[in-house]
Amino acid sequence: MSAGEPPINSPEITRLTPVLGPGHTYASVTDKISAIVLTRPTSKGWLVGFALCFAIVMMLMVAITYLITKGVGIWGINIPIGWGFAIVNFVWWIGIGHAGTLISAILFLLNQKWRTSINRFAEAMTLFAVMCAGLFPLLHAGRPWYAFWMFPYPSVMSIWPQFRSPLIWDVFAVSTYFTVSLLFWFVGLIPDLATLRDRSTSKVNQIIYGMLAMGWRGSARHWHRYQSAYLLLAGLATPLVLSVHTVVSFDFAIAIVPGWHTTIFPPYFVAGAIYSGFAMVITIAIPLRKAYGLEDFITMRHLENMAKVMLATGLIVAYGYFFEFFMSIYSGNKWDVFLVAQRLHGPYAHYYYALILCNILTPQLLWIQRIRTNVTILFLMSLVINIGMWLERFVIVVISLTRDFVPSAWGRYSATFWDYAVLVGTLGLFVGLLFLFVRVLPAISIAEMRELVAETSEEHK
Amino acid sequence: MIEHRSHVYGVIGEFEKPEQLVHAATKIREAGYRYFEAYSPFPVEGLPEAMGMRRNLVPLITLLGGLAGGLGGFGFQYWAAVIAYPQNIGGRPLNSWPAFIPVTFELTILCASLCAVFGMLALNGLPQPHHPIFNAHRFTHASTDRFFVCIQSRDKKFQLGDTARLLQGLAAHHVSEVHDD
Repeated sequence: MSAGEPPINSPEITRLTPVLGPGHTYASVTDKISAIVLTRPTSKGWLVGFALCFAIVMMLMVAITYLITKGVGIWGINIPIGWGFAIVNFVWWIGIGHAGTLISAILFLLNQKWRTSINRFAEAMTLFAVMCAGLFPLLHAGRPWYAFWMFPYPSVMSIWPQFRSPLIWDVFAVSTYFTVSLLFWFVGLIPDLATLRDRSTSKVNQIIYGMLAMGWRGSARHWHRYQSAYLLLAGLATPLVLSVHTVVSFDFAIAIVPGWHTTIFPPYFVAGAIYSGFAMVITIAIPLRKAYGLEDFITMRHLENMAKVMLATGLIVAYGYFFEFFMSIYSGNKWDVFLVAQRLHGPYAHYYYALILCNILTPQLLWIQRIRTNVTILFLMSLVINIGMWLERFVIVVISLTRDFVPSAWGRYSATFWDYAVLVGTLGLFVGLLFLFVRVLPAISIAEMRELVAETSEEHK
Repeated sequence: MIEHRSHVYGVIGEFEKPEQLVHAATKIREAGYRYFEAYSPFPVEGLPEAMGMRRNLVPLITLLGGLAGGLGGFGFQYWAAVIAYPQNIGGRPLNSWPAFIPVTFELTILCASLCAVFGMLALNGLPQPHHPIFNAHRFTHASTDRFFVCIQSRDKKFQLGDTARLLQGLAAHHVSEVHDD
């Protein structure tokens, strides 16, 4: 590489682009990452961004308060379309979370070094996305204060939840997913919290980070058990993440509604989840590396690899769409054939075409390396895919419910202001939490970056 | 003798590279010391073996947690659906076990993960607000870029002078005593 920098888009060079910029030491990665939290002054951009998110969260509070006062009638839902935005948004947010676990658990088990600098904020993204997702079923229940009825507890009514219902499976799947993601994230943070404790100069920071680090001292015996716990968690989180969207898809697939009752739903939901999750990771990673100058840590190689994962899962999703379409026609079932016709020509056909454009046609550009390595296009494409995945859930929920078996039970659905207010509100909550996260916790795992420094320095010996 | 030493926790030495730490741990063990501990800013490969660590109970605890979660989860659903609150839905069997699998699976994962994390923390004795090693001069570098070995005074072979010389012989920097308080 001494003879001048070769063009970024030559395949040979991209293959060789390191996962870590050259010349880094244990101290330099520690300094650079911990400085974001400890020494950098709060920038104007951060304040403006956070203030905006805070305002949106206040709007969310208003929307929720009004909802609880008036009931779910303020939303666009009706009979027969009882699900609407709340379920669309729930499935969308849960799906987004999946990439975080995939990066932190599955890529860890596969020993992919490039996961190291993106796993921490991807896991944070998972947690925040699951928080947003969890709000929707809760609010959709109409009387959220009775939500604890879904958990098995010895009640004076001496009844128990119906464990044969996918909605109860959902409660267990989502709450387990949140708990395990939180544990995984926190375990990964412990050594970094110790680093922050040791490096912070203010008493308040020392006490807060010190309490969170729980007295971690990096002892070899501790690391030994720590590593096996981390590996076990990765092994446990891997089947878990595949199960969560599977269970979410059961909410649909177990029902007999046309367009929902298909066996392809579980794998295609999981692929869709990873697809939208990686799109969200890219949406976050690109501004993050730019704002904090982390181009050495989140390199072009990371972005390109994520783009490739997006392309691959996008193709699985396209395969799912195709077979959903094909099986409906091939089955000869008149309700299924009718549903396909409704998707192509019905009142919500424009959503279906927009979905095909966003989720199947646009990502095909990712075959071209020049596009995979163009940060701006990649960022825009990740937004398009996120919108596309939202549309997918809209098509699944709304088209099937508006056109089921009996024409007398057909209906129309249109979202109200309050539907949009809650959706936009959760976006504000999600981004606002991310703003807080990058300011108070290391957005990249410092301990794992040091390991990466050790490994890469061995390679160059 | 014990009272005399009580204020000294051990002798600490500092290294710059992980390989030096592994080498030092091997030598200290060969010299007959058993109560010593290495500290590093990231897990160092080969160090557990060099220090002679064998047993690690975390996998066993995780397995037991997973089994308890799975069996307990299934057992509970069986009890709720068959014994406590049976519902006859179109004459279908009460013990409809395939429908109990998702929750059983989730509870297996949940209990195993909780056991892995809290088992690891408990075995490590964390949270522990204070430890004498934090009194060591320069120990804050253990979470950044330096590697430390501390030979503890409770070791039978511990002799302040000899032990310090052993560490110095292993090319450790800043060899010094660590006090209990």
